[in-house]
Amino acid sequence: MFPAQTEYHRPNSVTEAVDLLASNEGAKVLAGGHSLIPLMKLRLVAPTVLVDIGRIEALKGIEATDGGLSIGALTTQATIAASDLVNERAPLLAEAAGMVGDPAVRNRGTIGGNISHSDPASDLPAVLTALGATLKVTGKGGDRSVGASDFATGLLENILGEDEILTSVSVSSIPSGAGSAYVKFAHPASRYAVIGVAAIVGVSDGRCSSASVVVGGVETTPTRASSVESALLGSDLSDEALDKAAAAVAGDFQGDAMSDIFASAEYRQAVAAVYVRRALAAAVSRAG
Amino acid sequence: MTTRIFGSGIRRREDPRLITGRASYTDDIKLPGMVHAAILRSPYAHATITSIDTSEAAGQPGVIAVYTGEDTDGVLNGLPCAWLIPNSDLKTPDHPAIAKDKVRYVGDAVAVVVAESRYQAEDALEFISVEYEPHDAVLNPKEATQDGAPQLHDDVPNNVAFTWAVAGGDAEAAFADADVTVSDTITLQRLIANPMEPRSAIAQWVSQTGDLTLWSTSQNPHIARFLTSVVTGVGEHKIRVIAPEVGGGFGSKIPFYADEAIAAFCSMQLGVPVKWTETRSENYLITTQGRDHIEEVEMAATSDGKITGLRTTVYAGLGAYLSTASPGVPTILHGLMYSGSYDIPNISGTVYGVFNNGTPVDAYRGAGRPEATMLIERLVDLMAAKLGMDAVEFRRMNLIPKFENGHDVATGLTYDSGDYHATLDICLNAADYSALREKQAKLREQGRYMGIGVSTYVEICGLGPSQVAGAVGFQGGLWESAIVRFHPTGKVNVMVGSSPHGQGEETTFAQIVAHEVGVDVDDVEIIHGDTDLTPMGWGTYGSRTTAVSGAAVTLATRKIKEKSKALAAHLLEAAAEDIEYEDGKFFVRGSPDQAKTIQDIALMANVAWDMPEGMEPGLEASAFYDPPNFTYPFGAHLAVVEVDPATGEIDLQKYYAVDDCGPQINPMIVEGQVHGGVVQGVGPALWEGVVYDDDGQLLTGTMLDYALPRADGFPDIHVQSNVTPSPHHPLGLKGVGEAGTIASTPTVYNAVMDALRPLGVTRIDMPFTPEKVWRAINSAQNGA
Ligand SMILES: Cc1cc2nc3c(=O)[nH]c(=O)nc-3n(C[C@H](O)[C@H](O)[C@H](O)COP(=O)(O)OP(=O)(O)OC[C@H]3O[C@@H](n4cnc5c(N)ncnc54)[C@H](O)[C@@H]3O)c2cc1C
Repeated sequence: MFPAQTEYHRPNSVTEAVDLLASNEGAKVLAGGHSLIPLMKLRLVAPTVLVDIGRIEALKGIEATDGGLSIGALTTQATIAASDLVNERAPLLAEAAGMVGDPAVRNRGTIGGNISHSDPASDLPAVLTALGATLKVTGKGGDRSVGASDFATGLLENILGEDEILTSVSVSSIPSGAGSAYVKFAHPASRYAVIGVAAIVGVSDGRCSSASVVVGGVETTPTRASSVESALLGSDLSDEALDKAAAAVAGDFQGDAMSDIFASAEYRQAVAAVYVRRALAAAVSRAG
Repeated sequence: MTTRIFGSGIRRREDPRLITGRASYTDDIKLPGMVHAAILRSPYAHATITSIDTSEAAGQPGVIAVYTGEDTDGVLNGLPCAWLIPNSDLKTPDHPAIAKDKVRYVGDAVAVVVAESRYQAEDALEFISVEYEPHDAVLNPKEATQDGAPQLHDDVPNNVAFTWAVAGGDAEAAFADADVTVSDTITLQRLIANPMEPRSAIAQWVSQTGDLTLWSTSQNPHIARFLTSVVTGVGEHKIRVIAPEVGGGFGSKIPFYADEAIAAFCSMQLGVPVKWTETRSENYLITTQGRDHIEEVEMAATSDGKITGLRTTVYAGLGAYLSTASPGVPTILHGLMYSGSYDIPNISGTVYGVFNNGTPVDAYRGAGRPEATMLIERLVDLMAAKLGMDAVEFRRMNLIPKFENGHDVATGLTYDSGDYHATLDICLNAADYSALREKQAKLREQGRYMGIGVSTYVEICGLGPSQVAGAVGFQGGLWESAIVRFHPTGKVNVMVGSSPHGQGEETTFAQIVAHEVGVDVDDVEIIHGDTDLTPMGWGTYGSRTTAVSGAAVTLATRKIKEKSKALAAHLLEAAAEDIEYEDGKFFVRGSPDQAKTIQDIALMANVAWDMPEGMEPGLEASAFYDPPNFTYPFGAHLAVVEVDPATGEIDLQKYYAVDDCGPQINPMIVEGQVHGGVVQGVGPALWEGVVYDDDGQLLTGTMLDYALPRADGFPDIHVQSNVTPSPHHPLGLKGVGEAGTIASTPTVYNAVMDALRPLGVTRIDMPFTPEKVWRAINSAQNGA
């Protein structure tokens, strides 16, 4: 597989990287390369300039913050999956990161690349949406913060400007006593999510006190399952209550469900209910 | 001791270099002055080329030459088909290496760029402008035969390349008189072989000497030399084909391809070595695929459970052109196997070989036999269900009873030896079949859908007697040869014409030699894959390397032993009749302490200081082995699955494989072959399959969409075996390379259908993806 010619740069700082992006039309950021390079090999994309941010140390690592976590954009999925801090404060993020592709992919692929690629079948956008994460973006004009749910605007499309880099991701810890889960229907070939469900369920006095449920893979951007959440809130989380809440997901899809040779839109939407049910069961069982 | 080396599961000597990345493949080879070819491929499945302009490409950086089909006129001959099945009205339309006026599948070569680097060659491809007038395409092999379907080749009406029939007994009468009949339509989708190493070729033409050397990822370098000669016109004696390390083939590296011809053409035009290596995307588009059958099949039986007849109509897709062996696969290797492991007195089958606008189809692991086993084992299950009998009991009633030396079946073959009841019993005991049925009944009460699938199989291997090869139109022989050469120090080189590429014969052939003359296994080196270094042989495919080439190694080694005996007699001053042999030592009967070792003999033969009158010096022997019959390995497999009716997902929970390939030189390698085969056969049942759209565009063009089996989709594969020697092979061996692939597809197919039976599902096309299963359940439940 032979990509077209490209000019390669390896900046040492975010400022340098942003300058390179701003001064070269058609430039692209290269992080773990596990989404970008396959596309280049197929010559589906041919960036004139590659800005390899892979050696910018400031973009790596996981830090505890007041009430949550801050994760550098270059942190690999493997690092996130193995992090005690993530497992403690946002366990479903670690769980999802551990389900990305295979070990080789997780060792190279970064959280920033995963989000910036805005592939609807990626695992992390749904989880970060469920967690209500904030994404920090840096460009020529300085820094800005964007909510995870506002980041992707469509299939492989997002709000990043040509000169902008996603630098870090902040998430709050899940509510104390809440249970969370990420459950995935992996495509047998790619291992991407045909359906991925992120659920965070708070329980107090045997009733649901908070609920955040997001479905990835079905529509072009993560779907917040508001009907499921409202059905859950205040319920007794019995099997019947979970059945009813999961079935409500049908009402949450906006009508732009994706279809391919492996799974039709109809199938994805129908089976999403089963996966929501599984995610709720897992989250509830871990609550407390 | 050394004699025990036969049957010992020693580690494969191939593995250290393979698993540490130290092996050298064709693409690793760099020759001085070597340049690189990239091939422009048709984006249309069916179109007329109205114009090609290469001028802009020719001016791109690094570009040395650009050629189109016209440039090859009068220089390259068309690609030959080498299996011209008789009595079939076979049509062999022209197959130019580079398409001239028409392209017939996405991937058909249209032009080639030769440049200093592969990157430059690829970049320049984008500057070739080709105008096409697209035509409708047809992929479905049955639809392709219908009036009004797009026609691929002007001289092949209704795209039917051949019509071939097999008949034995009186099938018409059997069906007319049948108490019960069942029928089904089975689709065996196209499969991509996916060897780890893509194909590659380097051609080096030396104009001063007229020598052409071709490094090629071939499973059969001697056939490749022969076909290179046919296509280029260079004499066979001036061609050397080297298959260095070859990273798997599964049949897809048997054929001689356009790409090799193009590399040779470019080198002959330019006088420098030219390398071409396919990308994985190219592999998916152009390297031969497997299967592509639509099988309309029916079975007749008596009400008390005796099979009386089998009828088939098979539409076998061949792709856009005939590949090297493609006509033989759905006929000789398929239709002749319709009796399976059963006594079926009346059989009639018709196979239509059909051109369609896809990648050419040729042998793929199992080649024809999985397609036959599938239809037999599916019909057996359907018939058992219709008769209200247990699928295993029904099989037992119809299996051919044990035979040790020949059994004739209705298709005209004579199976060599078999004990089908034994392998089935071992398999059922291992799995505890009755307990599984009880568990299934309990789970069904709880609304859970567990399925148990069983399949027996028998396959035709060790291809084969050359006289038969000739009779069935194979344009070559099917014997093998070997040279065993002892050096003065007693170390041994063995040169074989077959060409193992992952199967492990560098280890097992050394075990054969060690077993036969008592040398240490590590003192034996196997040399293969180079037509200048090895004697003639027809290659590695059809589970034939151990069965045929291994026999040649055995016989050559036995000649060494005979000569050694005579030399030992001379040195020990005894009569040859009085010499005994044990564990690498020759001695006069009764005096084992006065022995000559095989190493002593090798030294003396090589220095030749004291040889018997008239004996030639040296210790080297060659043997040519032409098998008297095919070999027929067999076995029984069982799988347990559970289907989730809410999603259609299938969980493969247990797998049992019991195979009988005769005596085992190396049980570890046998187990490995069975493992790999099982996985490769489960793939198409559950995950794998080529998908084209109506225009003939490949939708499963990368591994993101084409689902290969993965380790985490499998339980432990429980492998057991039985030993029924072949009566005609010098060591009783049968071959095991394809076994696992043949039984596992119907085994899992039957298991899933067994799980779904209470839900009323009667058929689903493979692969059983969750959505297809879910839809089948829903429509059965809705009474659709
Ligand atoms: C075989 C395979 C299986 C996979 N399976 C899964 C899966 O199951 N689930 C899943 O979620 N993903 C999967 N992936 C994708 C994988 O997670 C990628 O690594 C990830 O999506 C992209 O991250 P990256 O660091 O490799 O980014 P790159 O490939 O380097 O970049 C991807 C895109 O994002 C841009 N980019 C990268 N970083 C930044 C940044 N910090 N700021 C701005 N733009 C940026 C790049 O310009 C490019 O457009 C798989 C990939 C492969 C090859």
